[in-house]
Amino acid sequence: MDLYEYQAKHLFGKHGVPVTSGEVCTTADAAREASRKIGSMVVVKAQVKVGGRGKAGGVKLAKTPDETKATAAAILGMDIKGHTVYRVLVTEASDIAEEYYVSFLLDRANRTFLAMASVAGGVDIEEVAATRPDELAMIRVDALDGCTPEKALEIVEAAGFPEAAKVQIVEILQRLWRVLIDEDATLVEVNPLVLTPTGQVVALDGKVTLDGNAHYRHASHADFVDRDNTDPIELRAAEFDLNYVKLHGEVGIVGNGAGLVMSTLDVVAYAGEEFGGIKPANFLDIGGGASADVMANGLDIVLNDPEVEAVFVNVFGGITSCDAVANGIVQAMGMLEAKGEPVTKPIVCRIDGNNAEEGRRILNEAEHDLIELVDTMDGAARRVAELAAARKAGKQG
Amino acid sequence: MAIWLDTNSRILVQGMTGSEGTKHTRRMVASGAQIVAGVTPGKAGQDVDGIPVFSDVPSAMDATGANVSVVFVPPRFAKAAIEESVDAGLPLVVVITEGIPVHDTAQFFQYAVNFGGTRIIGPNCPGIITPGQSNAGIIPADIAKPGRIGLVSKSGTLTYQMMYELRDIGFSTCVGIGGDPIIGTTHIDCLEAFEADPDTDAIVMIGEIGGDAEERAAAFIKDHVTKPVVGYVAGFTAPEGKTMGHAGAIVSGSAGTAAAKQEALEGVGVKVGKTPSATAQLMRELMS
Repeated sequence: MDLYEYQAKHLFGKHGVPVTSGEVCTTADAAREASRKIGSMVVVKAQVKVGGRGKAGGVKLAKTPDETKATAAAILGMDIKGHTVYRVLVTEASDIAEEYYVSFLLDRANRTFLAMASVAGGVDIEEVAATRPDELAMIRVDALDGCTPEKALEIVEAAGFPEAAKVQIVEILQRLWRVLIDEDATLVEVNPLVLTPTGQVVALDGKVTLDGNAHYRHASHADFVDRDNTDPIELRAAEFDLNYVKLHGEVGIVGNGAGLVMSTLDVVAYAGEEFGGIKPANFLDIGGGASADVMANGLDIVLNDPEVEAVFVNVFGGITSCDAVANGIVQAMGMLEAKGEPVTKPIVCRIDGNNAEEGRRILNEAEHDLIELVDTMDGAARRVAELAAARKAGKQG
Repeated sequence: MAIWLDTNSRILVQGMTGSEGTKHTRRMVASGAQIVAGVTPGKAGQDVDGIPVFSDVPSAMDATGANVSVVFVPPRFAKAAIEESVDAGLPLVVVITEGIPVHDTAQFFQYAVNFGGTRIIGPNCPGIITPGQSNAGIIPADIAKPGRIGLVSKSGTLTYQMMYELRDIGFSTCVGIGGDPIIGTTHIDCLEAFEADPDTDAIVMIGEIGGDAEERAAAFIKDHVTKPVVGYVAGFTAPEGKTMGHAGAIVSGSAGTAAAKQEALEGVGVKVGKTPSATAQLMRELMS
């Protein structure tokens, strides 16, 4: 889970990383009040989980409370690369002498952690890595040893930070490592880390990614969940504990296993090329050993997506039993009918593996007009794309 | 022969008394695997269908000669369980458990590296099967017969799908390496082992978006693999910045895309199929 800047800075503060004081506001009036309390020049910063907000006009200076109010009003509600701004962070404006970059991240390739540091901060670090790689120090950090004072010094030396900032950054790096470890983060990034004219080193921005697998040991992280910017169908799927991602297309997808479902999206997109660019509408993995109820909930979620014209259920039963899958499909049809929302969209099923014959028998016996069994994954993808295209054309015609 | 798992494999199951552990122990036994012991702290003296349960790994090894562990222990206890097996010197530890915090995995992986001698497969993987010989994990044993294709995949269900597609030709060993950001055994480890395995004639490699494991595997194939390799990559339609189930399956920026992986593999002569079935067809042509 990626955090907003204000949330990242909250964690920085908790672990003693120096940050500028500020307040997160959802209205222009609140921004005015925050500015009044700070009592000096402020920066109004759009809170979005996407880079490049400065260039998009999402970060502005304001001299007075009234100016802050006007600036906040302009930024709130802005669309930055598809992300709506629901909050602004109003923070005291800092005088900047120099801008640096520091981060800790998971290094998947080497199966350990990596520290990155540069005196060229305040700009896109990928750009620095690509064009001036010698200005970006990359130092391996052992998962068991962690960021010791010696390691922090090694990073600082490698990056070539000036004498005036060294001692402070050595301390800051160790504190950022605590954020990474104690909060179960996979990324902790400060860009820029600034040196003020008076010689203080402060984190002006922050990016933190938390490991979803570790939520069980961080009850407080539940507060970070972002409901405003989550698709309503994704929220509903999360309530059912389903692994769902909303995309934009016409074919609803239900499958088991992340790899097979990703593959199903691809196969549908290929088949869809033949039918005027039909695309998958979602990713939905009902997981291993799914019961009939889980299947029924999944189908309910997908059928309720107004963009969906046809559904593809693609299951290879390893642990999952195909008779449970089939029962879930039949159950979902009945459940929706009972709710007064009878299914009108065709459902193409391909089921193989554990107890597949029984699953197919159940579907055949249900004799539902909208359910169609196809033998192969590629064949089923083609058929569902064809059905979705026909329904779409019918609507437009 | 095959790789890492054969008729000499004597398997202990960590977490055998839990519901998943018991269910899959029974499936492994039914598939002919030698399951010799279970380990659950505090449950020494119990048994599951006559298989003795021990409180710790060393006692289980002493009593039964176990040389492989399959781990079904819940996420919060997994790290300790795996480190116990590393300490005990087990050469192979297969971690099925899903949902282990990545810091824990980074630590037990480093622990195993420092200690030396233990290969970890997983976590969050379906395990490893040598059809007709042994089965350590949750891969259904009845999908495919023994044969001479080696299979390595991040994804469980794509492993099953590919085994099913090529069930009549059969497999030497199939390894599900898992979809987490840090895994104990990589594509490259499997390619190296299959290359050295006299019972493997050709290799299917299944990858997916995220990271650069496939690109590095391509570089390895170029320099070290003489056997034919057929590849498949899932995730062409995955949107940027979204996690698709597997914690590792996330595309950030331009690196790690399915297209980049396909290009890297094709660049070293690996034939890459557009769909799982098309990939299986490429292998079928190779083996005929």
